[in-house]
Amino acid sequence: MTEPFKDKVAIIGMGCTPFGELWDKDVDDLMVDATTEALEDAGVALKDIEAVWAGTANSGVNGSAASAPLQLQYVPVTRVENACATGIETIRNAAHALAAGVYDIVLALGFEKLKDLGFAGLHPGKLSDKFHPIYPAGGTGPGRYALAATRYFERYGLGPVGGRRTIGRLSVKSHYSGARNPKAHLKREITLEQVLKAPMIAWPLGLYDCCGVTDGASAAILCRAEDVKKYAPHHRDDYITIKGMGVAAGPGWGKNKEEYDFTHWTETVWAAKQAYEMAGITNPRKELDIAEIHDCFSIAELIAMESLGFCERGRAKQELIDIGATIAPQFREAVMKKWDATEEEIKQLPDPEDVLVVNNSGGLKSFGHPVGGSGGREVYEIYKQIQRKVEEPSRQLDNVKLGLAHNQGGHPGRFVCGIIIAGVPEERL
Amino acid sequence: MTAGIVSYGAYVPIYRLSRQEMAKMWGGGYRKGEKAVANSDEDSLTMGVAAARDCLKGFDSKTVDGLYFASVSAPYREKQSASIIAAALDLRPDAFTADFCNSLGSGANALKAAQDAVNGGRARRVLVVASDCRLPPPNSNFERMLGDGAAALLIGSDDIAVTIEGQYGISSDFLDIWKKDRNDTYMRSWEDRFILDKGYLDHVKRVVDTLLKNQSLSPKEIAKAAYYGPDPRSHGSLGRKLGLGPDQIQAPMFDELGNTGTPFFMMILVAALESAAPGNLILAASYGDGSDAFLLRAGDSISNIQDRRGMKHHLESKMALSGYGKYLRYRDLMEWEKTPMPPAESSVNVYYREEKALIRGYGHRCRSCGKVQFPPQRLCMWCQDKDQFDDVRIVDKKGKLFTYSMDERAVFALDLPNILVIADLEGGGRIYNQATDRDPDKIEVGMELEFTFRKFHEASGFHNYSWKLQPVRC
Repeated sequence: MTEPFKDKVAIIGMGCTPFGELWDKDVDDLMVDATTEALEDAGVALKDIEAVWAGTANSGVNGSAASAPLQLQYVPVTRVENACATGIETIRNAAHALAAGVYDIVLALGFEKLKDLGFAGLHPGKLSDKFHPIYPAGGTGPGRYALAATRYFERYGLGPVGGRRTIGRLSVKSHYSGARNPKAHLKREITLEQVLKAPMIAWPLGLYDCCGVTDGASAAILCRAEDVKKYAPHHRDDYITIKGMGVAAGPGWGKNKEEYDFTHWTETVWAAKQAYEMAGITNPRKELDIAEIHDCFSIAELIAMESLGFCERGRAKQELIDIGATIAPQFREAVMKKWDATEEEIKQLPDPEDVLVVNNSGGLKSFGHPVGGSGGREVYEIYKQIQRKVEEPSRQLDNVKLGLAHNQGGHPGRFVCGIIIAGVPEERL
Repeated sequence: MTAGIVSYGAYVPIYRLSRQEMAKMWGGGYRKGEKAVANSDEDSLTMGVAAARDCLKGFDSKTVDGLYFASVSAPYREKQSASIIAAALDLRPDAFTADFCNSLGSGANALKAAQDAVNGGRARRVLVVASDCRLPPPNSNFERMLGDGAAALLIGSDDIAVTIEGQYGISSDFLDIWKKDRNDTYMRSWEDRFILDKGYLDHVKRVVDTLLKNQSLSPKEIAKAAYYGPDPRSHGSLGRKLGLGPDQIQAPMFDELGNTGTPFFMMILVAALESAAPGNLILAASYGDGSDAFLLRAGDSISNIQDRRGMKHHLESKMALSGYGKYLRYRDLMEWEKTPMPPAESSVNVYYREEKALIRGYGHRCRSCGKVQFPPQRLCMWCQDKDQFDDVRIVDKKGKLFTYSMDERAVFALDLPNILVIADLEGGGRIYNQATDRDPDKIEVGMELEFTFRKFHEASGFHNYSWKLQPVRC
């Protein structure tokens, strides 16, 4: 039987670069900046780091991607790649090595430079898996996520208009928070009307249903909780611990098996099951205080919330979105005014127990999505909220003790999902 | 053993370009009607596959012993097209294949060779496929007149629906339309008064007159004459010179289809056979480096094969190209904006390894759990049993649209939006693919889709063919 993992590993320092189109920074700058911030936060010197996990989807190969810019001197460096779920995977592997007692203090780094390509959007890579001319069918990120939107709207009777209004509200919410996050990529508020009138990217997803294409990096310094007093005594009272982790790689044939209906993320269900069990969570809606969800597209936030068990499938509109239960309480009224909420709806406050603030950072949608950098950035938000060190005070939430970071790579029917649940260690609760 | 026509089929691409649109672009010239234009993912080879599938409706493709492909616009200058078409039709590996090329008369040549193969006992059934997607010079009479399309005839020794009662032909080195081996993007020609008079009219008349004389027939005994023509005026003029009345001449469809080149006389013949009654005598004549004429008689079983999509249904099922610009795009006729986007890549090795799935269109059914699946896997997607499968050809099955998206930014697509579809197949199996020949305003969950053989993309210097889905055409 494995030992309990909960609260074993602590995060004692984190760094995150501003996300955006960082024309003046190259990928090495991003790694140096994120790592420097994390080391300073932890009060640890780079030469003390015993091992590194360096995560990127496409901005470097092998361990030297990180050892070169950071001038690492012959320590183990593992390059990690799990597509858009790379970030969570770096932290998970670093945490495992600590739990196994192999190292005492390590760095988990995630980074991506997407804006050196000369065109908007992502690098198409090979048109195909294995150069294959047909299986990928020319599917892009938006094109493939839109398959899920069409099906969700159809199955739950929202229709294309109602469906677009529902997911559009999530974008309005994300942008409102992102506008108050100095490190976010897209720092501007939007209205539902703007969302609905924006140019179409991949029907039924419009411009504001899609996240930005972003440069950025995030970094975490980790040690075993018992060693916090040794490495980061100044964080003795505000370090956080990892409560649970999960990663699930689906076989990936959802697009080819009639049983998959595109209205839930199967890999998220399985990864959440692992993480909830490890963390001892039975009712995520009530037990979690915040969640940072992989919302590369607005429909992804909606479906992920259901697959994470925040509400029953098909009920996100009624039980989470329309009642404003996922908006930071201090922003709720203003956000709902930016969509078409009535005064009555705004006054109808959800039960405080049912409030679960989602993507108060701005999410991938507004904060940006530098592939390998996103997972660490999600954990960074949880870390700063718990420490009450959010850069822009208006975004600070009260009494955050437990947060979930959700990261997924791939596309509907073929995902790898990574989840980390982190929070205040048991002894401080 | 006397070879005859066992079955026929045709294909007309769904898009039409009106001659008014061409006149808007260039002014001048013939302004009536419209011509058929291949989609951006079609070429003479893919259209040939479509005509052949139409022709083989109700026939087992494994009974076909050979395939001849005739075209002046084959997608490869070196590399056979017939072998690709044979694979797409899932013919037997020992079915022989050959391309007939470089002449508008190659359709008739292939037809004669097919008869010889059957009459000589090499084959019981030979499929003749003719197809063209020629690239006319912009702002030329060729551009106004030429359309795209394909036809197929199954020639065999039994189950004959149309007998071949007589034929006559001549070969001639008359130079009327040509392209030199290098550097000629477009066809060249000579003064039309000369080449029509001494070329087309003179050659075809000599051949038809001789055939009728040899058969002791008067032109009045012909029920329908299906013959090539470069343009409406010359086509009509030849009919008069041959002594045919207007109701004896099968309409050449210049204003609905255009002159489709190599397959043209066969497409007109298919139109004639669609409405032929048993006993009707039909004249078919081709032109190009000489001329060939065939005297055909519809048999009692002609009605058995008159359910093809053929010419009538394919012509009725159409969508207008929104303008000449779209045509420029489909035929890749301009130098476009260069982008830093890296080019697509493909691999001949993958093509080789996955021919059965990609070209022949096979998925498989798990012997343990019975599930049909595509693409083929070593381990069952459903029950994970290993290497226990029976082949299932999926591309003859229809599918029902489960969900879709319409990508407006797909950089590789010549025709936006790129429509991604998930379709559940009759008899099991689910396909993720692109939808082609579709009206984006009419895509809806639940609609019926069918497979069509298309070009996916140009990459690594070769044509990447495989199957796409389209709304059921007609």
